[in-house]
This record gives sequence, structure tokens and C-alpha cells, in this order.
Amino acid sequence: MIRFLFRRLMWFVVTMTVVMSVSFFLMKNVKGGPFDTERALEPAIEANIQARYHLDWPLWKQFLHYTGPFNLDERGLGGTQEKILGGVLSGDFGPSFRYRDFTVNDIIGQALPISALLGVVSMMWALALGVSTGIASALRRGSGVDLALRLAATGGIALPNFVIAGFLIIIFVFMIPLLPVAGWGSIKEMLLPGFCLGLVYAAYLARLTRTGMLEALSQDHIRTAQAKGLSPRTVVLRHALKGGLLPVVSYLGPATAGILTGSLVIERIFFIPGLGSHFVNSASNRDYTLAMGVTILYTVLVYSMNTVVDLAYTLLDPRIDLAEEA
Amino acid sequence: MSAADPKRFDLDDATAERLLREAQEHKGISLWQDAGRRLRRNRPSWYAMVFLIGFGLLSFLAPLLPLRSPVRSNLDITLHAPTLDGGDGNYLAALDPEADSALVARQIEKDYWELSSLDHGLISLRRMIFGSWQTGHWLGTDHLGRDLLSRIVWGSRTSILVSLAAALCSLVIGVFYGAFSGLVGGRIDNLMMRTVDILYSIPFIFVVIFLITLIGDYRQVLEEEWGLDREKVFYLVIGAVFWLTMARVVRGQVLSLKHAEFVQAARVMGASTFHILCKHIVPNVLSIVIVYLTLTIPAVMLFEAFLSFLGLGVEPPRVSWGLIAVDGTSAINPLRIHWWVVIFPALAMGCTLLALNVLGDGLRDALDPKMRGKD
Repeated sequence: MIRFLFRRLMWFVVTMTVVMSVSFFLMKNVKGGPFDTERALEPAIEANIQARYHLDWPLWKQFLHYTGPFNLDERGLGGTQEKILGGVLSGDFGPSFRYRDFTVNDIIGQALPISALLGVVSMMWALALGVSTGIASALRRGSGVDLALRLAATGGIALPNFVIAGFLIIIFVFMIPLLPVAGWGSIKEMLLPGFCLGLVYAAYLARLTRTGMLEALSQDHIRTAQAKGLSPRTVVLRHALKGGLLPVVSYLGPATAGILTGSLVIERIFFIPGLGSHFVNSASNRDYTLAMGVTILYTVLVYSMNTVVDLAYTLLDPRIDLAEEA
Repeated sequence: MSAADPKRFDLDDATAERLLREAQEHKGISLWQDAGRRLRRNRPSWYAMVFLIGFGLLSFLAPLLPLRSPVRSNLDITLHAPTLDGGDGNYLAALDPEADSALVARQIEKDYWELSSLDHGLISLRRMIFGSWQTGHWLGTDHLGRDLLSRIVWGSRTSILVSLAAALCSLVIGVFYGAFSGLVGGRIDNLMMRTVDILYSIPFIFVVIFLITLIGDYRQVLEEEWGLDREKVFYLVIGAVFWLTMARVVRGQVLSLKHAEFVQAARVMGASTFHILCKHIVPNVLSIVIVYLTLTIPAVMLFEAFLSFLGLGVEPPRVSWGLIAVDGTSAINPLRIHWWVVIFPALAMGCTLLALNVLGDGLRDALDPKMRGKD
């Protein structure tokens, strides 16, 4: 276990180094910065801006300053030492290039809770819908219910989520006015975006649950349990579910990553001020520090989620040895 | 042995010849025949394939069809509901029977965009066949009065092209990477696969969005020095993202084939390396590659739609399904429900993606070597 975590941590360091350095040097090498305007700036003003964002430093120093953990400007190691730590490693993503007076941390701090909540709501939808329909279709294998659910699952995978969102807005907002069209805050406003975002993953989870349950139900210990005279409910919930949900657990990592990125679109449709919409705006606004900050944050989230999922996997299935997996 | 059982090998000439002839007439079923037969048995996959071929032809022949202009807007008939009567307005100027070829060529630029010479040929063929007749607004018009039917058909061209090109791109990278890694083995293999693992844990959509916005600054350089326009860059970037799974799958297959018993048997029987490669390795890798290709195409199509939605995909005046779907969702408003701008693009896209998914699943079952000879 410790060995596994250690190796994961090592690969994490490698991954983060790659992501940070590649995106940093890409960003520095592009023509056209965030401060380019139609007319040329006064040299003094330009020098001022360059100094404010440390663009006048040599590249290696900028990189070290960005990654941290030590603050290299006049308040840090080089000067008064009033703020020694800085950079990504100390949790500081630097100032936003576009939203003056805001740091990337401010923006992420505002937007991340919203995106996280949206992600949790849609994950709940995905799990509730996916697992229950998967079990239902495994138990009634070959019936009309099974066929209909499988067809719906394939449809859910095939359609892009913004098209599904369009349908659902027409139905549940305009034709049957139950839910508000946009906004964020109340539970009612979370239902529809969460559902649209979670639907694709619900479809995948339903497929996985179905195959997992079918395999679990055909095993010897299930037959033994049935032979002992346990009620079908106990057999399914206590014995089959544990084995049947293994593939589901392993899919949760990719699903989380997908929900995080899928929220780019859903946040736009429903006008939710989350991290996704900030990311898209920052990329087109050339707000490079914000774009990089979000990318790094999401890489960390996805990576740690995958690790947690792998750990959970061992708890569910004692046959798997993490030392080999790592 | 021959002394103990002399009859066994002691055949007279006639029998020997007959047996030889019979043996020659007996034809084995090749992997592909077997797979084709099983695919035909699998009704949904077969229909999906027929649908896809039909749809592919339709989109390839789009210039030949009597469609309206997918680009030209007409603000008098914005968001017109679907209707079966002809209706004028939004008239394709290129169809004017009196126009000479130079004028037609200029009009085509306005009615469409830069088309290839093949498409120009198809359009003149269309003028010969249909004259100036064109379809009505059978599927309605969008918020700029552009004909939705024409936009969907022309948009399918872009979407299909993007997904095919990007899938092929990912195929080339993935197959070379995976095959190399699997064949070389050892430390290099380990290193290459660890690299894939690292790339897997990067949320790629962010990187792609980042890259595409960056590329925007280099457009002129790329176009002049490398001959890459935005669309080619687009294929390359998407292809560069989707090759990971392909590389893993190909490597696994190559590794297992390298030591497979039938490959060693062939080697023992004296088959040349080239023969083994062509007859045993390539078909076995190919089947799995085809399956993943059919599953990659819908993923790329969705990704294109996703990028178009964010305004990073195909640029107007060209159309793609992603763009049409975006127009559709942005036309949703509480006062009047313009259902056709949402439903029809979604239907076209949904059916195609569904068919691709079903076909991919069917191919996977049909090409599964474990299923050979069974039904």
C-alpha cells in the first residue's frame, strides 16, 4: 500500500513537471501577449507592465518564480523577505493577466466550489441512474425493459450533452415549466445541468453495471446463497452487488475527469459561473496564468481521483495486489 | 509403423489423385469471410453499416443534390417552420441558366465556400440534371434564414471528413507507437508505455483548447511555410490526442502475437518473416485496429461538436454538425419554441453516432478471434 502510494507520488511529480514546463514554455513562446493592443504602448508603460508581471526577467527565472516554492521578487528571497513563499508549489498561481487586481487564486476560489457542486450533483445523478438501471436490466435480462434501457444507454452515449440539454430545456422549462432555465444557487437550478452532465456517464455506468452484475450473478457463491434460501433481495444487495460493482468503481476515475471537462459546455449553456467557463474565456482572452492554473488544478484533481479509485478497488476486491498494479 | 500398417500409406494412384483434388477444392474460410458472415447475421450492425454507407454517399454527393445554399442567409424567412411547398427566396444564383461559367464560379464562392474542382464538376452536373429546380425548406430555416436541410447535408461532409482524418491521424501515430513498443520490448517498451500513462492522466481537452487558441496566432506562418490550414491543424491536434488507446491496444496485441503458438508454428514450418507478417500478424492486429477506429470516429465527431460549441472548431462560412447544433441551442427561447433547429441536427448527429457505435460493437464481436467458426 505504502509502496503503491509512493510510486504513484513519483509518477505524479513527473507528470506535473511535464505539464507545468510544457505549458509554461508554450505560453512564453507564443507571439502576441495579453497586453497587446491595437496601438503601441508608451515605452515607459510597457516597461512598467513588464516589470509588474516579471516579463523582463530571464526565462529560467520566470519559470522558477512561477513554480515556486520560493518567491523571487523584491518581497521574497531577493529583498525584504516579507513574502518568502510563492509560485504554484506553495499554492499561488500568480496574478491574472486579464482581470487586473485579481489573482488566479481569487478566481479559482470563487469558481471551484460552484464547479465542484455541479460535479457532485451530476455524479449523484450518474450513479443513481446508471447503477439502478444497470441492475434492473441485468435482473430482467433479455426482457423488453432490458432492451429499452440498453437502447437508451446507447443513445445517451451517442448524443452530445449540449444537444440533450437543448431537448431537456425545451421539455422541462418551456413546455412543462417546472425548472428555471439558467442560474445557480437553489437546488431546483442544479437539477437540470447536473442531469445533462451526468447522463452520458449514467449510460456508461449502466452498461458496466449490467455486465458486472450478469457475471456476478452467474457465480457459484450466488448459487450457494440462493440455495441457502436467502431472499432474492438479500442475494442481490448483499452478495452480487459487491462483485458486480467492481467495473463501476474502476470507471469512476475517468468519469470524474469527464464530468470536470464536460462542465465546460454545460456551464456555458446554463450560465453557471464555474471554473469551466472561466477556462474557455481565459484561453481565448490569452489570460495564460489563469488557463495554466486551471489546467494544473484539473490535472491534480484527475490524478488524485484516479489514485483514490485504485485504492478503493483493493478494498472491494482483496484479490488485487497494488504492488503489481503500480 | 509402415511395416505394421502397410495399407495406410499405400494408396493407388487414382485414390491419391482424388484425395489430392478434394483437398485442393476444400477452401478454408478466411478471417474476413467469417467476420463478414457474422456481421450480416448481426442485424443491428448490418443495418448500421448500410445506413452509414448510404449517408456517406449522400454527403459526398451533396453538390449534386438540388439543395439550397447552406451559407446564404435570407432575413425575410428566419426561423421558418418546416414546409413541403417549394418556396422561393434564398435562390442559388449559381443556378441561373443564363449565367456563363465565370459568373457561376464567382457565385459558387458566395453560395458555398472554396470548393474543390471535383465539387465544381458535381455542381455543373447538377445544373445539367436539375436545372434551376431546388428543394423547398423541408426542414425549416435557422435564425439567419439559411436552409436547414442543406446545412445538415453539407455539415455532414465537414463532420465526417474531420472525424475520418483525425481518426486516421490517431491510427497512424498509435499503430506505429504501439507496434514499435511491442516489437522492441524491454526497457524501451517500459519507458514508452509509462509515457502513455503520463499522457493519460492529463486532462486533454484543456490542452487542446489551449493549443488551438495558441495556433490562432501562428495561422499565417503555418499556412505559408507548412501548407497547413486551420482544418489540417485541427485534424492533427485531435489525432495527437486520440492515439493513446490505440497505442496501448496495438502494443498488447503485438506482444501477445509475438509469442503466439501459431506464429511459432509458422516459423517452424519454414515460413518467411514477410509471410508471417502478412498472413498472421497484420490480419490479427488489423481487426482490432478497425474496431477501435470505428469507436474513435464517433468520439472525434463528438469532440468536434464540443469544440465548435466553444467556438474553437470549424469556422463559418463552412458548416459542421457541431456548429449547426450550437445555432440550434442558441435559438432556444421561451417565447416560441423553434423545435426544428434543435431536433433535426440532433437527429442526424444522433443517428450517425448511434450507427457508428453499433457498428463498432458489431465489428468487435464479428472480428473476435475467440468467436471464429461459431455463430
